[in-house]
Amino acid sequence: MFGKLTLSAIPYDVPILVGTFIGAAIAGLAVVGLITYYGKWGYLWREWLTSVDHKRIGVMYIVVALVALFRGFADAIMMRSQLALAYAGNPGYLPPHHYDQIFSAHGTIMIFFMAMAFMQGLMNIVVPLQIGARDVAFPFVNTLSFWMTTISFLLVNVSLFIGEFSQCGWLAYPPLSEQQFSPGVGVDYYIWAVQLSGVGTLLTGVNFFATIVKMRAPGMTYMRMPVFTWTIFCTTVLIMVAFPILTVAMGLLGLDRYLGMHFFTNDGGGNQMLYLSVIWGWGHPEVYILVLPAFGAFSEITQTFSRKPLFGYKTMVYATASIMVLSLVVWVHHFFTMGAGPNVNAFFGIMTMIIAVPTGVKIFNWLFTMYKGRVEFHATMYWVIGFMITFSIGGMTGVMLAIPASDFVLHNSLFVIAHFHNVIIGGVYFGYVAAMNFWFPKAFGFKLNEAWGKRAFWLWFVGFYFAFMPLYVLGFEGMTRRMNHYDNPEWHMWLLIAEVGAVLIAGGIVCQLTQLYVSIRDRNLAENRDLTGDPWNARTLEWSTSSPPPFYNFAILPEVHELDAFAHDKEAGIDTRQAGGNYQPIHMPKNTACGFLIGAFSFVLGFGAVWYIWWLAAVGLIGVIATVIARSANNDVDYYVPVSEVVRIEQEHSHNLMAAQAAE
Amino acid sequence: MAEHISSSGEGHGSVGSYLTGFVLAVILTVAAFGLVMSHAMSPSATGGAIALLAVVQIVVHLIYFLHMNGSSEQRWNVMAFTFTVLSVLVLVAGTMFIMHDTSINMMSR
Repeated sequence: MFGKLTLSAIPYDVPILVGTFIGAAIAGLAVVGLITYYGKWGYLWREWLTSVDHKRIGVMYIVVALVALFRGFADAIMMRSQLALAYAGNPGYLPPHHYDQIFSAHGTIMIFFMAMAFMQGLMNIVVPLQIGARDVAFPFVNTLSFWMTTISFLLVNVSLFIGEFSQCGWLAYPPLSEQQFSPGVGVDYYIWAVQLSGVGTLLTGVNFFATIVKMRAPGMTYMRMPVFTWTIFCTTVLIMVAFPILTVAMGLLGLDRYLGMHFFTNDGGGNQMLYLSVIWGWGHPEVYILVLPAFGAFSEITQTFSRKPLFGYKTMVYATASIMVLSLVVWVHHFFTMGAGPNVNAFFGIMTMIIAVPTGVKIFNWLFTMYKGRVEFHATMYWVIGFMITFSIGGMTGVMLAIPASDFVLHNSLFVIAHFHNVIIGGVYFGYVAAMNFWFPKAFGFKLNEAWGKRAFWLWFVGFYFAFMPLYVLGFEGMTRRMNHYDNPEWHMWLLIAEVGAVLIAGGIVCQLTQLYVSIRDRNLAENRDLTGDPWNARTLEWSTSSPPPFYNFAILPEVHELDAFAHDKEAGIDTRQAGGNYQPIHMPKNTACGFLIGAFSFVLGFGAVWYIWWLAAVGLIGVIATVIARSANNDVDYYVPVSEVVRIEQEHSHNLMAAQAAE
Repeated sequence: MAEHISSSGEGHGSVGSYLTGFVLAVILTVAAFGLVMSHAMSPSATGGAIALLAVVQIVVHLIYFLHMNGSSEQRWNVMAFTFTVLSVLVLVAGTMFIMHDTSINMMSR
């Protein structure tokens, strides 16, 4: 009846998990209680959970990403504390069984549910506005993507309290991840979470590719597209190439585990090295899927706060496109030591070094954008400059790892950990936080507090160097990754310094939370309100509409005459909004619960399959198929916004604009 | 917003073209089974031959059942297909290069 699930799967004898569960339960009950107290369930369901509005979906993505950040960071600081303690005979406080789950969960959560969710949230909020569109190409698919990501994250968190998570690292290398060596449900949780979230990401990729190709405002040719849109465009192409590969890798591993096949086993003709090649065929493009949008955000922010157009727009576009192509042919550098000959290693080593060239071009473009600009040191700009310094160091250690000979020395050591945190925190995370600070007023109509933003930056920036520079040293001293305890006295001091760094980063996260709290508390102060829709005097179309934008984004679709359309219109004195123009009824999609339902049934399917509760899995699968059929048969999916309502909303914004101009 | 499925851009076959496709597909399938069951060639040659027949089979399906052709309405379909082929090639050819080289180098074959 319940498959493998028995009462012993509940870890009520592990104090850390019981404490976590109580904490999570209290927080969850508090949220539920508050929503009930204020009677907001109907509002939440109608306006958010079933919404197909890309701006709302984007906000929900980022909420999920922030929750994932806390979970992932809690794992990180637990690992650092374990290594600060577990020295010279002291076993630390985390037994290997638990410790291995923590580092696996940390990597899985940070990549799939923090970074990917954050990135999809940003593209949802910004891209349709930036290209002058009213929504994405497939609004229903958009809500479906969001729910697939969210329920997968939920599945990972359920593994905390029911059963266990994978202990095989964030990529679950076989043969360790095979049934023979990992008979528990941990790897199955991992496979289903990754597989289901992969569906959501792939659909997002297709959706935004179609949106950017088909729905740009009249006059916006490819070479007039804002850089952020360009980077998202390249990212969606990479998603469409790479995520099917991930699906295949997870599918084959799943067949090995569930049906006793031998794709990656030691016996029966299997080859675990094939898994490495396939998973990194996805894994390397994935890195660029994450970092390209951050590059786009840096470009928008740098040009806005330097008060001049981006230096070398065309080289930026070409650099992005060449990174897109090159990122598909570098994946072996993750496993140079596997045993391939010099031909393979030399080819992929050289390709990896070449990819540093377009990335370097970008760094110089941002520097030259700032050069002779009137740089305003806004909190957002702090993250950009912190990124340029940190990412350059990470890029250089990356080129060191790209040399197969030196990789043989550094492979699997903490040097690798230091390198990829150097580029992922310094590049991806700083980029997304900068983007969040930059576009927050667009999404909500008020600015984020700057003082707390700067404090968060300094703690993150300094904390990062404390936490990860020691790991470079430890890598040279021969400390391998994923180690539970050690007795080398030379390592201990460095690991203590790294622990200090983790604590500083925790301070940075507290500052970010405080920033959110303070900003929401002070949202009605005149200096924080964004009445004009253009708080930074920015250059692209998303700033030409109100903040937050009306649900239809643009009452009249803007005409694009040049690159940086809004900056051009401001200089030429053109009203991009065409206020008071000839309004037409606006064709919009209706909200739908189908995305939520398909997500919920997929969760049931995943949970049932993890525990071998086949009737439950069947219920989930049938539910998914039935919802898809019901949705396909429904023709009542759209409506027209009457002109009177458009006029009312637009006049309100015009009124706000005039009031703001009068106040200046 | 583009959720209304429009029929433009989709080619429609005739009974004749479906029949041609069906007959070709049957011949290709029977040929593959025949090759394996008759042991007419060496095992490695048989593997290569049925792989080739499979690729031809894909092309037959694309042309006769999915109506892919060079006309302008089909441009996006052809582009999407080319994209698929390219990405599959990068992964498959790359993996074969890597795994072959590894096998030789590690003397596992």
